[in-house]
Amino acid sequence: MTELAQPADAGEPGGSPPQASTAAEGSGGSSPRASTAPKPVRDGVLLGLAVGVSGLAFGAAAVSAGLTVWQTCALSLLAYTGASQFALAGTIAAGGSLVAGAAGAILLGSRNSLYSLRLSGLLQVRGAARLLAAVGVTDESTALALAQPDNAAARTGFFATFASLYLTWNAATLAGAIGAGKIGSPQSFGLDVIGPAAFLALIWPRLAAGWTERGVAAGGAAIAIAATPLLPPGAPIILAGSAALAGTLARRPVSAP
Amino acid sequence: MTGAWIAVLVTAAGCYALKLAGLTVPERLLRNARLRRFAELVPVALLAALVAVQAGAKGSSLVFDPARLAGLAAAVIALMLRAPFLVVILAAAGTAAGLRLAGIG
Repeated sequence: MTELAQPADAGEPGGSPPQASTAAEGSGGSSPRASTAPKPVRDGVLLGLAVGVSGLAFGAAAVSAGLTVWQTCALSLLAYTGASQFALAGTIAAGGSLVAGAAGAILLGSRNSLYSLRLSGLLQVRGAARLLAAVGVTDESTALALAQPDNAAARTGFFATFASLYLTWNAATLAGAIGAGKIGSPQSFGLDVIGPAAFLALIWPRLAAGWTERGVAAGGAAIAIAATPLLPPGAPIILAGSAALAGTLARRPVSAP
Repeated sequence: MTGAWIAVLVTAAGCYALKLAGLTVPERLLRNARLRRFAELVPVALLAALVAVQAGAKGSSLVFDPARLAGLAAAVIALMLRAPFLVVILAAAGTAAGLRLAGIG
């Protein structure tokens, strides 16, 4: 994990321009080490390949739920946000209404607004590039971009992850939709663990950034688990965002000396 | 099947609009230090929540899946050993797949 060991804002001094990241507390004394140069393209492509394979599981799940192969592929091509897609397919499979399915899926997608809010300063995209970049805002591209030491690497990592994951996710969706029922359970290959393991690896450097980050992560995880039996799938993740609100209010924003 | 197409297209349009919304926030809003700090902490909270839910829940019920938890434990060990990203992923998936092959989980 050495190539991702520096948080995105590690090299940013206090008083940096508004589009740059602010320095998190605890990172003021650290500086990027030359020997651990980030490899945003390599890591982004690997992440896209590793996570995109779980499109197999989505394709198979959506067709099993009653969607056609074309509807399944349209979701991956246009919505392109795994959790929302699984939520829609899962609601339909569980006999829920299409309205509830779409509403739950969109609610689940609202975290992407928070991600793109965070990314807008890093990416600095305008016009057509912004319209394209918006498609690529996912858990994975955000996490990989934020794990980079500077804005240029963040931008490179974002688009590398976007390209790799988009192609892999859509190809895997088609394969899973066509092969639904013909291949073995994705779980037997451990595919269900790839997502959480990848997210864990990607927030790992953020957890090293300070106690606030660790508290927010622990709080978010605890809130989501506690709310899971009480709320429809997806809602606990949104609720976990309140941990970030608590972390923001816990102390005044710190700028490095 | 028309209803399903509408649900698919409404979901796609809604998800895209939500992604675009955050990118079109006026830059002066991002100069607000508290909002910036909030935007920084949000991915940490949400990604940690995703890890927890994907590790211990299925739909609205909490589940105990030893193979999945062992896979994540393998990922944590790999991370503490500063293993490269791909090794972390392979350790997690391989551990879970191996345990299931052995009939556990």
